[in-house]
Amino acid sequence: MFVAVKGGEKAINNAHKLLAEARRGDTSIPEISIEQIEQQLSLSVDRVMSEGSLYDRLLAATAIKQARGDLIEAIFLVRASRTTLTSFGYSQPLNTSEMQVLRRISATYKDLPGGQVLGPTFDYTHRLIDKNLEQTNNFPTAIKAPASNEATPHVLGLLSDEGLMEQPPTDTDAEPNDLTREPLSFPANRDTRLQSLARGDEGFLLALAYSTQRGYARTHPFAGEIRIGKVAVEFTPEELGFTLELGEIEITECEMVNQFTGSKNTPPQFTRGYGITFGQGERKAMSMALVDRALRAEELSEDLVAPAQDEEFVLSHCDNVQATGFVEHLKLPHYVDFQAELELVRKMRAEQNVGQSQTSEAAE
Amino acid sequence: MTQIKPEKTNRQNWMAVLAKANWTDLAMLWDDFGNKPDFKILRPAETGLIMLRARTGAVGAAFNMGEATVTRSSVVSDSQIQGHAYILGRNGLHAEVAAEVDAALQDDALHQVVMARIINPLKTAASNKKHQAQQKTAATKVDFFTLVRGED
Repeated sequence: MFVAVKGGEKAINNAHKLLAEARRGDTSIPEISIEQIEQQLSLSVDRVMSEGSLYDRLLAATAIKQARGDLIEAIFLVRASRTTLTSFGYSQPLNTSEMQVLRRISATYKDLPGGQVLGPTFDYTHRLIDKNLEQTNNFPTAIKAPASNEATPHVLGLLSDEGLMEQPPTDTDAEPNDLTREPLSFPANRDTRLQSLARGDEGFLLALAYSTQRGYARTHPFAGEIRIGKVAVEFTPEELGFTLELGEIEITECEMVNQFTGSKNTPPQFTRGYGITFGQGERKAMSMALVDRALRAEELSEDLVAPAQDEEFVLSHCDNVQATGFVEHLKLPHYVDFQAELELVRKMRAEQNVGQSQTSEAAE
Repeated sequence: MTQIKPEKTNRQNWMAVLAKANWTDLAMLWDDFGNKPDFKILRPAETGLIMLRARTGAVGAAFNMGEATVTRSSVVSDSQIQGHAYILGRNGLHAEVAAEVDAALQDDALHQVVMARIINPLKTAASNKKHQAQQKTAATKVDFFTLVRGED
């Protein structure tokens, strides 16, 4: 129950001014620019774009600045901002086979056509704080080597040729479901699940993915391929009637290879899970691929035993904007609700007291 | 599951170059371009969203992965040629200039000089940038070798 409570207006206005000052911090230190955030905190920007479900680097950087670096708050701002824009339509599906690769690794094959390139990775760093970063203008430059024009086909395609790898579902005539238009409902199709996971919270998906590795729905995964790079965005405006390239975006893609399934009619073959994020989001893409695979339990006739296999549990709780909204709404005034509870507990105690005194009277 | 894609038309190619161009470079080149036709705005720059689609398992059925901001604009030149632009992001000026250059490129009298002075330099800049990135990536390529241990 809600009743209007007045009197907070001045406090709220002043709190927001205080917030603005706190956001700015010590004014003897230069103010951070949107461009600095976009360039130098680029993985924060990538996460805000992915979970905000909107690719726009400078918008995400602005949201991070406004949110004082609180990424879930920034994601909330980005989600709110998209509701003010009209939709022009749907892109052509991204062709990730034609990616300009910045990183590409496989834990299943050593020698890949096109090779394995590490790119700008934290892997193999010693995770010691680098004191050099306390200084400015102090960084090494990247080394160059002759670029190759070799194609980089998807690794799992190599196994598909032998029939050892299940094929992903192919295009149907049905339009993929769109969660920005149709609310989530169950049972959810794989397209809906993938959209939901793509905007899902990295921490939540990471924990679920980890749970599958620890035995809560084992899927025996291998990282078949992880690739990061630039892909073209293509779109066909109705009024022009031909396909345009609107620019390039950076994405991370992960394909997990998992243990076999088979039936009377199909010989055993590897199964797979898929993960994709905006920007560089390797941890999220890997987690998404593991959870995507775990959510296919029913389709693959596996025992349903763990949270990561329960689509209603996973999809209803992976959205951090919804989650934070509901958890944080507990801060709002619930004075009347609480008053009712107070009266109830007093009444219960009073009844108990009466009961007890009657029992003790009877005993005397 | 490789799809054979139709060859891109010249117009698709130059529109892609304009969309991907660095805005500062494009603005400078178009500013320096003398004798531009006059343009009227048909559709002022408008920013909206497109839903980006990806494929299940990279090559399978499509799903909606998330949106991107897109800005579009349409202009018409004094010789009644329409130019259009759709570009990622929210830069309205970029979309308007891209639409103007698109119109100019469809004008036979201007086509060659606009290609030479706008599109080709932008293409060179983009391919240099891409090449630099590819060279730095190539330096991180892993050269596997196997250590043989023990005696056979």
